Amino acid sequence: MNAKTQDLSARSGKTARGVLLATLAFGFGLPTVLLAAVLVLSPVSKPAMLVAALRAVGVDLSAWSPNARYVLWAVVMVVLALIIVTFAAVISGMTVWWEMRVSARMQSRIGYNRVGAGGYFQWIADAVKLLFKEDLIPADADKLLFRASPYFVLTGFALVFVALPFGESLIAADLNVGIFYITAVTALVVVGILIAGWSSNSKWALFGGMRSAAQVISYEIPAGLSAMVPVLMSGTLSMQGITRSQGAWPWEWHAFTNPFALVAFGIFFVSQLAEGNRTPFDLPEAESELVAGYLSEYSGFRFALFFLVEFGNLWVMSAIAVTLFFGGWQVPFAGPEVFAAARGAGELPGATWWGLQVASMLVFVTKTLLVLNVVVWVRWTLPRIRVDQMMSLCWKYLVPFAFVTFVATLLWEILVARAPVASHVAGGAMVAAMVVVAFFFARQTRQNISAVGDRVDFTNW
Amino acid sequence: MPQTVREYTGSIRNTVKSFWHGLSITLSYLARRPTTVQYPDRTPMPVRDMLPPRYRGFLEVDTAICTGCQACERACPIGCIQISLEKDPANPKQRVVTQFDIDEAKCMFCGLCVEPCPTGSIQHTREFEATQRHIRNLVFRWSDPLKPFPVYKVDKNAEYYPRVPLGSLVRARLETLAWDRAAPVFLPPEPAGAAKPAAQPKVAAAAAAGAAPAKAAAPALKAAPTNGAPAAEKPAVVAPVGAPAADGVKAPAPAKAPAAEQAAAEPAVTLTPETK
Repeated sequence: MNAKTQDLSARSGKTARGVLLATLAFGFGLPTVLLAAVLVLSPVSKPAMLVAALRAVGVDLSAWSPNARYVLWAVVMVVLALIIVTFAAVISGMTVWWEMRVSARMQSRIGYNRVGAGGYFQWIADAVKLLFKEDLIPADADKLLFRASPYFVLTGFALVFVALPFGESLIAADLNVGIFYITAVTALVVVGILIAGWSSNSKWALFGGMRSAAQVISYEIPAGLSAMVPVLMSGTLSMQGITRSQGAWPWEWHAFTNPFALVAFGIFFVSQLAEGNRTPFDLPEAESELVAGYLSEYSGFRFALFFLVEFGNLWVMSAIAVTLFFGGWQVPFAGPEVFAAARGAGELPGATWWGLQVASMLVFVTKTLLVLNVVVWVRWTLPRIRVDQMMSLCWKYLVPFAFVTFVATLLWEILVARAPVASHVAGGAMVAAMVVVAFFFARQTRQNISAVGDRVDFTNW
Repeated sequence: MPQTVREYTGSIRNTVKSFWHGLSITLSYLARRPTTVQYPDRTPMPVRDMLPPRYRGFLEVDTAICTGCQACERACPIGCIQISLEKDPANPKQRVVTQFDIDEAKCMFCGLCVEPCPTGSIQHTREFEATQRHIRNLVFRWSDPLKPFPVYKVDKNAEYYPRVPLGSLVRARLETLAWDRAAPVFLPPEPAGAAKPAAQPKVAAAAAAGAAPAKAAAPALKAAPTNGAPAAEKPAVVAPVGAPAADGVKAPAPAKAPAAEQAAAEPAVTLTPETK
């Protein structure tokens, strides 16, 4: 050992400016580029807009045969789908990084901090490592199903993005059965998990798969029932329709205009946690009991797919909750008539309209990230519950309460139809109550910090 | 399982309360400094300076105040200290320490050698980082066999013993010697025919070792079983297979082992510890 390696403490832990800039550029640039692509492509992929946009850049489609136009449209849709799935993968990786950072702080650790500024590039390093790992298939596994199950999971996850809005006109397809479709395709994930658990031919994996099946199927019921509450309030299943029936301000959101909708949001949130196998409902992959549950036997790219879906689900569940209960992409001071006016009568919308789209996307992404942080926060707060507690929570508490909110919302809607002022009164009162609760919560948190003789200290974050 | 309405509502209340307090506590931790110490490269100061003062790291011997009393050697429960004393050929009244080896790989840092030391020459330091490619390099040789140091004469009226700053010698060692330097090659026991009188200083023995059989260059452990050592010597020679840490540490064997053998097999052979 020589002097050079002996006194490493002389080197400071400061990140070089170049690394910091590269991290910032990559960390903000990559999602921005992908979101910009979604922003441009999702309105343009509509056939009429596509024709108009191509005419604007000098390509005349009127001479093309209908089949050629279909092919072109299909190509554009495939590109959009690829971009959205890439966005899902990237947001999943970034969520991993962010969650590891947050969880480390919650446990007085530091977390990722070596690869790039704040350890940002760790998720890329991990992904590259997973891609290079050997793709192991256990000797006694059912090889076909073992190979197939990650694709079920990934498909169930990726299909959600079809009906997931990003902004006012930014949605791959505004299905009129939107939320129903999302609930349906999410069920495909549990098929994949069950297949993975069974085909691995391992007791841990099988237990994990069975638990997951029991859990997801149970929690579909309260999740579906509580998702019906905003549907009842909007009168439509379409995700864009549900968003449009809400306003931009908190007292116009579904969660705050109807006291039962707030309860429904709680039920929906807990059920989504359970369906996404998130702590405190991570029984299917309980490390201390089941190694890694249904994905114990997976390695390499297949493992990466499971992992991607698990963390990508955070975005999905947050985006759905924001759409249903928290006003989605609604921009303040920009009602539908403002969008219509900015759109103009021409075939291609004007720059103002695009600006409004950007604003709506920003609003939506911000809200989604806030809810996503709550999910992360809950995960590192609560311990894993027992199987019987999990079942009892679902069937004895969530399901009855979901029915209560469902029926109560029906009655509430009758009341609002008779006296529309009820919804405004409830909105104002509940937002005020939320502000008070937030104040008390902040006070409690400050007390918790000072209780151990500590001070608020964000250095070395 | 709730049996009554009271229990049912009570568990809802408990859930809300645990969310309230739990989320608040985890949020409060976000605003605190992490406690992690990022060893080794992002510590505010070298880790050895962050350790408690009585930390038992590597042993250090200040040869300037070593009386050669061998109390530490006797105190060591695992025999990882080896001291040899000779008379200075130039000055027969002066005794010199020709060998003061501490096998830090064997040392269990119990501190029993520190306690009997009359002058505080042997002390634990706070040094602990000494990764070595070869475990034999963890034998810290405080006396150069070619330049043995004279023993310290204790002054009865001395208030204190002038000791170099604790840790400076070990640190100098660790910083000057490369961690991946070649390990010393120990010699096999010399055949009985080439034995030399015990009184002869080891300096001569070490020099004469060069004239040992050709395969002497091979490590002792490998060479020992194939070596042509006389059968009579074998009981005294212990070469534990698979324990290279034993190299360089030789228990004193005044009674059983032939003195000649002790001189010839200078660092190579471990004699049985029970000869103490």
